[in-house]
Amino acid sequence: MKPSQFVVPGAIALVAVGLAWLLFVRLPSRFEQTPASSAARPAAPNAQGRNIKAQLFYVADDGVSLTGVERDVPFGENTVEQAKAIVGAQIAPADAPLVSAIPAGTSLRALFITRNGEAYVDLSRELVSGHPGGSTNELLTIRTLVDALTANLPAITAVQLLVDGREVDTLAGHVDLRRPFMKKVQ
Amino acid sequence: MNQRSFSLFLRIVSAGTLAVVCLLVASVAGQPAGSPLTLLSREGRRSIPVTVVGDQELVALDDLAGPFQLTISQEAGSVTVSYRGRNILLTPNQTLASVERRLVSLPAPLTRSGNRWLVPLEFISRALGLIYETRLDLRRPSRLVVVGDLRVPRITAAVENSAAATRFTFDVTPLAQNAISQETGRLIVRFEADALDVTLPPGTAQGLVQGLRLVDPSSIVIDLGPRYASFRASNQTTGNSARLVLDVLAAPVETANPPPPLTTPSEPPASNLPVFGQQTTAIRTVAIDAGHGGDDVGARGASGSVEKDLTLAAARRVKAALEARLGIRVLMTREDDRSIPLNERISLANTNKADVFISLHANASPVPTAAGATIYVAGFGDQSQAKPTLAPERLPVFGGGSRDIELVLWDFAQIRHIDQSAELARILEETLRERGTLEVRPMERAPFRVLESANMPAVLVEMGFLSNPAQEKLLSGAAFQAAFAQGVLDAIVRFRGHLAATASEP
Repeated sequence: MKPSQFVVPGAIALVAVGLAWLLFVRLPSRFEQTPASSAARPAAPNAQGRNIKAQLFYVADDGVSLTGVERDVPFGENTVEQAKAIVGAQIAPADAPLVSAIPAGTSLRALFITRNGEAYVDLSRELVSGHPGGSTNELLTIRTLVDALTANLPAITAVQLLVDGREVDTLAGHVDLRRPFMKKVQ
Repeated sequence: MNQRSFSLFLRIVSAGTLAVVCLLVASVAGQPAGSPLTLLSREGRRSIPVTVVGDQELVALDDLAGPFQLTISQEAGSVTVSYRGRNILLTPNQTLASVERRLVSLPAPLTRSGNRWLVPLEFISRALGLIYETRLDLRRPSRLVVVGDLRVPRITAAVENSAAATRFTFDVTPLAQNAISQETGRLIVRFEADALDVTLPPGTAQGLVQGLRLVDPSSIVIDLGPRYASFRASNQTTGNSARLVLDVLAAPVETANPPPPLTTPSEPPASNLPVFGQQTTAIRTVAIDAGHGGDDVGARGASGSVEKDLTLAAARRVKAALEARLGIRVLMTREDDRSIPLNERISLANTNKADVFISLHANASPVPTAAGATIYVAGFGDQSQAKPTLAPERLPVFGGGSRDIELVLWDFAQIRHIDQSAELARILEETLRERGTLEVRPMERAPFRVLESANMPAVLVEMGFLSNPAQEKLLSGAAFQAAFAQGVLDAIVRFRGHLAATASEP
């Protein structure tokens, strides 16, 4: 066998080992990890300094709906990384006059995407403890996160929010969070 | 007191003290124990202890190992649960489990307690269910785990008392045949089932019926009192559910006027029997839910008003108006400042067969100028599984496996009433506008947790925005609350008319 004949099987084996490591070691441990806080800064250039344009969502003047605003968001190598960068930018404090429906201090703990395009977004407990209450506020908070992901990433069809690593019934006593939220039908 | 009775007194006191001390010791030793799970299988019943840590109910893997023939092994920082060569891999302090290479999310992490490993109850349905050879059905509200294909119908029982009779209504899902027999001093209702998953209403001992209890796995006994004369029963089947209406009749009281004839003849007409999901045709009971309460204050206004106080004040006004003016029975989900889980609120309305459910709230927005009342009805379209199947079916959940069928029905009970709910919302919009309480925004649909499980027309009313200083002041005022209560009363009257009109349509 010539050395070049080892390249293809070798590469396949390497990829397989890599995948197994990702699935059984990296992914489960990441689920409990606190997130890299670098993702929480909007428009901060990443290592390569590359940004993409993404639509982020803020409370409209009427106080009961959202409005999309184009913003620079760090480029992510793949859908998961890109989703993390978008959520990071979306939950960062908004510059006036923009008003964010995300409670201050909320951070992203983990994010992963299932094969059928459901994004699981695990946010810190401030999402609940810092929530000001009221149905409208609660709907705006949820829609902000769901819209930010589904409007920018067509691969994401639905969003399931987790708080502190767990499923929660509601954020503030109204909206059922036990099932994933779908992309808004335009 | 002579010496003998004094010594008896001392003995009683010391025995009492000992009992209290024993109770105290038992309660402080170890972690608090939750009410145990009962495992129902062909082999019989077994009890599995439950430990409560924080707000999570946990079971020890060791306690599951015996009944399910599991092998628990621990190595290199992880715990493996094996059943006939199939494995679940758990990692301490992690909420993800790897089940046959699939990831499954659990509501609480694997926790160590002494030399035992604890997992949340959902481990049984979400993880163990995937590797076990027969079906595992975790019924959390009734603390049951049904192993294999046992017939364990869920039975909801309700009691209504009148002077001449006591009516028991048993709703049985999936349907199971029943037989009623009479023995000295009691009636026995035996269901064709391996066991019953039943919640019996609290005893209302009176001259006619002394109590209701479960005697063996598939029979319910009604203990009869001295006024008992006879009984009559009728069965009705709808889809996969059955309803048994059992009237226990009293002997006539000789000194008083003869009791009014029972509202139903021996075979009650079908239209008099509301069944699961059937449209309401009359309004006898209205459930009023004062949103939030206790630690959950809800929204806050700039001047210090809190949502929980406003909703309770408004609920009391509505109750007083409906009871005094319409003679309708009003159920309050809370009468004071306490925290009640959303599930309990709606279960109160469902088990008491309320004909209408109205949840009262006060809104908030980040923009202080946002204003007006909003009436919401349940919306299922925002979420996945937007077209939930009402036929018996198990829906897939993340990571594989499936969700229990009863959960699905309970979660989506509102679907069958959604048109009537929208009609009630439309009427409320109209009457609140007429009473001039506040500007009323158009009705909205949202997946509100408290509405989804309501088995009757149900709306959630955001009375106004507490985040708007002018509305905060208005909402706390007596004038607004009186006008609001009047608006709700008008709406109930109009909705009653609407129901009567639709019921009489051919």
